[in-house]
Amino acid sequence: MSGGKWLRRLQFGVLATLASVLLAGCGSDYVVLNPKGPVAGTQYDLIMISIILCAVIVVPVIALTAFIVYRYRDTPDNKATYKPNWDHSTTLEIIWWGIPIVIIAILGYFTVRDTYALKESPNKEVKPITVQVTSLDWKWMFTYPEQNIATVNYLQIPAGVPVQFHLSAEAPMNSFWVPELGGQIYAMSGMTTELYLQADEPGEFQGRGANFTGEGFAHMNFNVKATTQEEFDQWVKEVKGTTPAMTKEDYEQLKKPGLTEVATYSSFPEGLFEEIVAKYGHGHPVDASEIRTYGDKKDETSAPQMPNMNMTPGMNH
Amino acid sequence: MWESFLEFCSWFFVTGDPLIYGAMVSIALTMVAIVFVLTKYKKWGWLWREWLTTVDHKKIGIMYLIASLLMLFRGGVDAILMRVQLAFPNLEFLHSDHYNAIFTTHGTIMILFMAMPMMFGLFNMVVPLQLGARDVAFPFLNAVSFWLFMFGAMLFNLSFVIGGSPDAGWLSYPPLSQNEFSPGPGQNFWIWGIQISGIGSLATGINFIVTILKMRAPGMKLMKMPMFSWSVFSSCIMIILAFPILTVTIALLYLDRFAGAHFFTMDGGGNPMMYLNLIWMWGHPEVYIVVVPAFGIFSEVVATFAKKKLFGYKSMVAAVMGIAILSFFTWAHHFFTMGTSASVIAFFAITTMLIAIPTGVKVFNWLFTMYRGKISFKQPMMWTIAFIPCFVVGGATGVMLSVAPADYQYHNSYFLIAHFHQVLIGGVVFGYLAGIYYWWPKLFGFKLDEKLGAWGFWLWNIGFYVCFMPQYALGFMGMTRRYYTYGWDYGWESLNLVSTVGAFLMGAGFVFQVWQILYSIKHGERDTTGDPWNGRTLEWSIPSPAPFYNFAVVPQVKETDDFWRVKEEKANGTYKEEPVHLEPIHMPKNSGLPFIMSVFWFIAGFGFVWEWVWMAAIGMIGVFLTMWARSFQYDTDYYVPVDEVRRTEASLGRVY
Repeated sequence: MSGGKWLRRLQFGVLATLASVLLAGCGSDYVVLNPKGPVAGTQYDLIMISIILCAVIVVPVIALTAFIVYRYRDTPDNKATYKPNWDHSTTLEIIWWGIPIVIIAILGYFTVRDTYALKESPNKEVKPITVQVTSLDWKWMFTYPEQNIATVNYLQIPAGVPVQFHLSAEAPMNSFWVPELGGQIYAMSGMTTELYLQADEPGEFQGRGANFTGEGFAHMNFNVKATTQEEFDQWVKEVKGTTPAMTKEDYEQLKKPGLTEVATYSSFPEGLFEEIVAKYGHGHPVDASEIRTYGDKKDETSAPQMPNMNMTPGMNH
Repeated sequence: MWESFLEFCSWFFVTGDPLIYGAMVSIALTMVAIVFVLTKYKKWGWLWREWLTTVDHKKIGIMYLIASLLMLFRGGVDAILMRVQLAFPNLEFLHSDHYNAIFTTHGTIMILFMAMPMMFGLFNMVVPLQLGARDVAFPFLNAVSFWLFMFGAMLFNLSFVIGGSPDAGWLSYPPLSQNEFSPGPGQNFWIWGIQISGIGSLATGINFIVTILKMRAPGMKLMKMPMFSWSVFSSCIMIILAFPILTVTIALLYLDRFAGAHFFTMDGGGNPMMYLNLIWMWGHPEVYIVVVPAFGIFSEVVATFAKKKLFGYKSMVAAVMGIAILSFFTWAHHFFTMGTSASVIAFFAITTMLIAIPTGVKVFNWLFTMYRGKISFKQPMMWTIAFIPCFVVGGATGVMLSVAPADYQYHNSYFLIAHFHQVLIGGVVFGYLAGIYYWWPKLFGFKLDEKLGAWGFWLWNIGFYVCFMPQYALGFMGMTRRYYTYGWDYGWESLNLVSTVGAFLMGAGFVFQVWQILYSIKHGERDTTGDPWNGRTLEWSIPSPAPFYNFAVVPQVKETDDFWRVKEEKANGTYKEEPVHLEPIHMPKNSGLPFIMSVFWFIAGFGFVWEWVWMAAIGMIGVFLTMWARSFQYDTDYYVPVDEVRRTEASLGRVY
């Protein structure tokens, strides 16, 4: 079999598939590649930077592979140089230890920069609103402490305003993901995680759970609706006026394993989220003001306090 | 009485699914067929003497290979079932529970009961031969390792028809894997199947480290050792550092489930996140444990089929050993999304990227081994050449995943699924297949048919890209792993269908390979020279299949590719013939104890799974009794007389 022929065919197949994927990336189904907010925007830029930096290596290497395999095939008519004992070249080896190091250094710079940046609110001028997210079997509960309303499997937010999510769970750990607004974070029992997202324009986005939680996991989808601030306030008012209040019993009912429809509640038991967190928080009472994220500088520099330690995953005991 | 028996059966066996009834029937028929054939042809004694009690590393390697191919079949069927379920939106081919069980067993089997034994099979088949040794350092322990793996794998697979399969994912994250959310024995099967075979893996790691350090032929300095043995050394160092973590972690998980402890529970002060850290401290090195030996195989294959010395040997050694160290500092990249501090995330992102450097260097070294070589396209080389572009792309998507803030968008999506299948299939499976094709003649004395192999090769390769390239796109479309179904709303349907077609193509490739093996047993080209590929290292200097004592005379090594040196010196007339005289060969005796001990482990494991303490106790007492019996066995070795060596060699065409 001729080596060059089948390799070229293979190359073509790979490149064609990659190209079709990237071109198709313009379609709106490609939610990760259609950022609708600053967080997803930052992540989109990083994805593009990393694709380009990787392509700088991948494309020449694949071309070089094709060339070498074709050029040095063992056929009677091939007159290419044959040096069976040539096995070392310091210059060449320095080059290919060097190239990846340079690429990784550049990529590392962007990675570290944005890792720190995404811990902060993406929009310092506007005061963020807070939404508490609880993952249950198999539904998402959203409580709005500032508005004192609650929803299930539905999230409405004002566009142009950063949303600070506090996340926890009273079920196996899940991951909260709204791809068009930005990447995900885990929701885990006994601790809170924190995530900032923001929608730039009004619109509807898909949200979903991304970490397997058992039987009903595939159905943990929810709609995210971003509206103007006025419409959001209007919606809050409507919810307050027209929907039932969530009682403790309602919550107990809600957290039982099973699927539920979208629901809205005009209020929820005070401190519900904090209670859920504290319930699995290793027996130490957790004050609402103590609920911070791990990345909080203050926590790292201050003397270790038990309630905060609770929230650092994997650092206990 | 009859009624209570029926009731027992209804929870003891898995009931209610026609697919599983079908499997039960086929398992029963296969067992009956095996027993019938063994009895009819009076092969029970042969089976016991030649295989079940053997301590010969080559036979153990062959058994590992057969077991891993069976497991590849089982894991592959799991994969096909999943792809069928996902071929169209809202399909009701598999229920959620069944789908969850299948992806759990697919992952567990492919990593722990397919990749690991195939790797151990290659270690066993090759390393002692490459080092010029007569067996591994601890042949008895080697048999123990194999049978522990085998019975662990059987215990795990039993869950399919007895008690119910685990369904909390291949790494069984708590709290989902705790009693509260996963009652029943399924999760215990996962724990004990892995636990028992894991002890065997740890022992293999120790065995091959000692073999490599102590059993090399005279003159073979470490820096003259063949690259595959180096990669095995690197892999084994990772095994002995990583596997104890796995053992302890899942032992704690079992204590949670069995004894009501609270290590990883949601309540009572347990910390599930701790489990994630611990399991990935094993789990990340684990993927390097399986891929580094594949790198070793490529290094051997590329040098042999380019007919050129391996380029940058020292760089390659530095790279495999560097990967072994770095692999222990990257585990947290499996959960960048757990919301830890930016500093921790940045640290693990950078360490992950650093691994790309030695890995990239290896790719360049393989390319420049081919540069100015003379490449012949035999099957091992075909898989190696196919590996390079596949692994380069898979490695690049790995670097993309290491960009932590971008990973928040890839995590648990099909982008991730596509990435790790690309490195595990493109790297590990292609590598092991290259290795199997390469060393097959040494073990069995014949080559595998090229034409059927080409069918297998092309179906696998085309199937791979058709199956997994669309999954990168599905990741960008926000499709999450472990969904048993999806709706029409997201535009995922066409790419999923394409992906399913690819899975079937790979399945067809596997069928061709099985056919190839069966065909070649009868019609494969016989290897009469012992050196079918014009090889470079010591294993090619002895006849094929290798005699049970491997080397009639222990070779004196002078160069890295010592057999190549000998051939070259013979060709240009500078070779100095040393007078050889045969000596009696010291060999280990066969023993039934590894098999018996593993049967007891199996009984104990089964007892632990069902939390039947009496049964577990019987099993463990049996394990300790066999250990005790072994420690008073003094008659464990013998000498092969010179006459027998001379006769054996003469029958293989070598005169001394």
